Amino acid sequence: MGKMYEVSNKYNNYKEYQREFTEVGRSIPRLDGPAKVTGKVQYTDDLVLPRMAYGKILRSPHAHANIKSIDYSEALKLDGVLAVITGEDCPIPYGIVPHNANEHALAVGKVRNWGEGVAAVAALDEATAEKALELIKVEYEVLEAIVDPRESVKRDDLRIHENHPNNIAYEGTQVYGDPEKALAESDFIIEKEFYSSYVNHGFIETQSAISDFDPNTGKLHMYATCQVPHYTHQQLAKVLEMPMNKIRITVPLIGGGFGGKGVASQADFCSALLSRKIGKPVKITYERSEVFATNNGRHPCYMKFKMGFDKDGKITAVDFNNLMDGGAYSGWGIVVLFYTASMVHIPYMVPNVKFDGKRVFTNKPTCGAHRGLGGVQPRFAMEQMLDEAAEHFGMSPYEIRKLNAVESGYTAKSMMYVPHSEYKKCLDEAVEKSGFLEKQGKLPYGKGIGISGGYYISGTSYTLYLSYKPHTVATIKIDEENGVTLFCGATDIGQGVDTVMAQMAAETLGVKTEDVKVIPRDTEISTFDLGTFASRLTFATGWAIRQAAEKINAELFPVAASILKCRGDEIAVKDGYFYSIYEREGKKGRNREVLWTDVVTMYIESNGPLTCSGQFTPPRRKGIQQGGNIGHSPTFGFSAQVAEVDIDLETGKVNVVKITEAGDCGQPINPMSVEGQVHGSIQMGLGQALYEEMQIAPDGRFLNPSLHDYKMPTIRDMPKIDANIVEAYDPSAPYGGKESGEGPIQPTAPAIFNAVYDAIGVRFTEMPLTPEKVLNAIKAQKAK
Amino acid sequence: MKKQIIKLDINNQIYEVMVSPTDLLVDVIRKQIGLTGTKKGCGQGDCGACTVLIDGKAQLSCLMLAIASEGKKITTIEGIANQETGELHPLQQSFLDHGAVQCGFCSPGMILSSKALIDENPQPTEEDIKHALEGNLCRCTGYVLILEAVESYVEALSKGEV
Repeated sequence: MGKMYEVSNKYNNYKEYQREFTEVGRSIPRLDGPAKVTGKVQYTDDLVLPRMAYGKILRSPHAHANIKSIDYSEALKLDGVLAVITGEDCPIPYGIVPHNANEHALAVGKVRNWGEGVAAVAALDEATAEKALELIKVEYEVLEAIVDPRESVKRDDLRIHENHPNNIAYEGTQVYGDPEKALAESDFIIEKEFYSSYVNHGFIETQSAISDFDPNTGKLHMYATCQVPHYTHQQLAKVLEMPMNKIRITVPLIGGGFGGKGVASQADFCSALLSRKIGKPVKITYERSEVFATNNGRHPCYMKFKMGFDKDGKITAVDFNNLMDGGAYSGWGIVVLFYTASMVHIPYMVPNVKFDGKRVFTNKPTCGAHRGLGGVQPRFAMEQMLDEAAEHFGMSPYEIRKLNAVESGYTAKSMMYVPHSEYKKCLDEAVEKSGFLEKQGKLPYGKGIGISGGYYISGTSYTLYLSYKPHTVATIKIDEENGVTLFCGATDIGQGVDTVMAQMAAETLGVKTEDVKVIPRDTEISTFDLGTFASRLTFATGWAIRQAAEKINAELFPVAASILKCRGDEIAVKDGYFYSIYEREGKKGRNREVLWTDVVTMYIESNGPLTCSGQFTPPRRKGIQQGGNIGHSPTFGFSAQVAEVDIDLETGKVNVVKITEAGDCGQPINPMSVEGQVHGSIQMGLGQALYEEMQIAPDGRFLNPSLHDYKMPTIRDMPKIDANIVEAYDPSAPYGGKESGEGPIQPTAPAIFNAVYDAIGVRFTEMPLTPEKVLNAIKAQKAK
Repeated sequence: MKKQIIKLDINNQIYEVMVSPTDLLVDVIRKQIGLTGTKKGCGQGDCGACTVLIDGKAQLSCLMLAIASEGKKITTIEGIANQETGELHPLQQSFLDHGAVQCGFCSPGMILSSKALIDENPQPTEEDIKHALEGNLCRCTGYVLILEAVESYVEALSKGEV
């Protein structure tokens, strides 16, 4: 493992001091913060280009229908209408996973979910565009809609996509070890079914895109709310049949992503097609209902589990059958399917595993990537089954987790290698801080406490298409005019990666974070990065940045050495000074030193500006089964949570009073940002556990596509949160740090459900846990 | 519908704008006047991102007609920092220092709702703060550091530090 991260810097061996960080580990307020609190920051919808027109998309009121005809002649006659497009203008399908692309910018021949786009209008202003939509006549032949995947797999007579028999998008099986034999020989087996709900990301900024096509040069410049500009770049090139070098994507700041902006949006394509048609910039900003109609949120899963244990409470085998509701199109589906498979293997040692999964089409807005994707669903099930097993063995839920927890150096049966884990420390700290052992099983009826663990990948070892180029490239430019400028295509979606990247660059370069300029992502300016997903950025950009910065140092150190009259390999740099690590001089005992800016000036006067790049690609591993490459990551973050609940026995409402969290993110680069990631994860996990669900009528109508009816937690719904970062340093990570934004969502829902069991002795297996379900259970208890 | 010229008093500046009777205040502020710090997250009064102060009270500008806002004092997020020095309002500084800002899209509304509360009641309880902010949705922060930022400002205010 170590070898692959070595960089060609001869001074590397002398860096005993490298863990005495000055910039890494600082809780720096984010660099774009002042612009955010004053309203100066520009999100996509804030931008206005000269001559800009406005676009709107007409969406289907039916969930499943053939389009017989679209007549937009009346719309075109309306004053101020510039163009109308339909599916005929975009016959080429796209998709984040290129080999099963089946989405269109606008429906071609058929709509497959409520709210699918069927036509788009560009007009001089929004009001005219809206009026024009009303003048478009679409004749539908309404088809029966299927909204339940359990029914969908039985309806080969009603195919949502003609080339997918039984509406199965993908299926896969993985067998590791001999799960059948292991289960037969187990001392205790739990067999149980679980359902995880249909939820949306709920970012506050809706998607927006501005496309500016220049007919004279044939170039398209798009501004978009996009967390994967590279993938969108590829797909735009395909759908528009334009070479990639004629397309430029600029990503302004993003108002929350959580995976939902991890696919190209119909606003991207429609604005581009309209702009090309009229030769003017076109802006399309989604209404909130369009965010729900295009979704990409978490896959609901119907999960059947068998989990075996030996006489000591050690896990012997897991048999996991997962039926995933994919909604209407492919999206990230195949990836999510196999992530659910991989999530079984960690954070506990599971020697034998069987996975059978299907992702099934239904007439609902498509499911996709959503914070902690693929992990939240199986974790919800497995963490509850662990509690049941603990009860059977007369152990505490804490003890059974400690017994089975993975440690640094563990290789899972699926070949996933865990270079570093402080998961046991997380369990210890969460239990100690919450007083779990003193409270569990001892609280009065209605009050309860529950524990759960979880982990997440810290990057992904494989791309969604066959390509061997580096996953991340960072370029650092040093000049006298700007100081340090960092270029990287990594996308800040609100998580704060721009600040973290600046901190990491500053650390190795020996300057202050505030002096590093991070150039916002732009496919024409920034160097390549795959995108914001899989919690990959801190780790991946960290290596690329460190490599680039060390190359810079390799150029500057000899200059500093000649000024300081010492050997080049004695030089170190910190706080804006190069200094000798050996030669001391002066009364205050300070080492010989020279200003960083003086060395830079001297270097530049003879050589001109200094620019170096670094890159990173995660390691791959051998012996992987079908789909088993998904889930592999250079390292993993861990989290343990304890939830305390107080149930209103009159109404059935579950009040989460407190959540105590302990997380292993390695060395936190910015502890304040880590804390924010943990809080946000808990909020989203709690929302799914108790409140949120997109409701679809049997005929496929969307019943609650607004933030009024889709209930997200408000400030009043939040418990007290005690978030702790356990002491950890991952030696395989560039600055010892790993993910912290998706691991902490994994334990939240099962910890709450385990707490509810502790409170009233009822085991619930379906999310969300509404007051109605709780009240019915309490009534049933009383009836007994 | 016939457009008319109205005068809006925003951040102590008078803006003359041509609006139709159905134009929403949020759209006029963002598109005609160009103060894009006021955000639009839902357009239906559910998310609070479009919060502005009208005569000192926190109001949702996506539920207000521009013509009905004439003659009122409107304050947007651009209007609360020191207009001469550009120095942040201590509440803005507190949000920044406490990590209460992530993607930043809800921040203008959160800060204005907090300001309206504290201007009226300089010693709010935790419950008062929750009541004032429950109409402002945030999806990044879990509200924890937002609450801390507001409480810290209240404390500084009571000690006369700000």
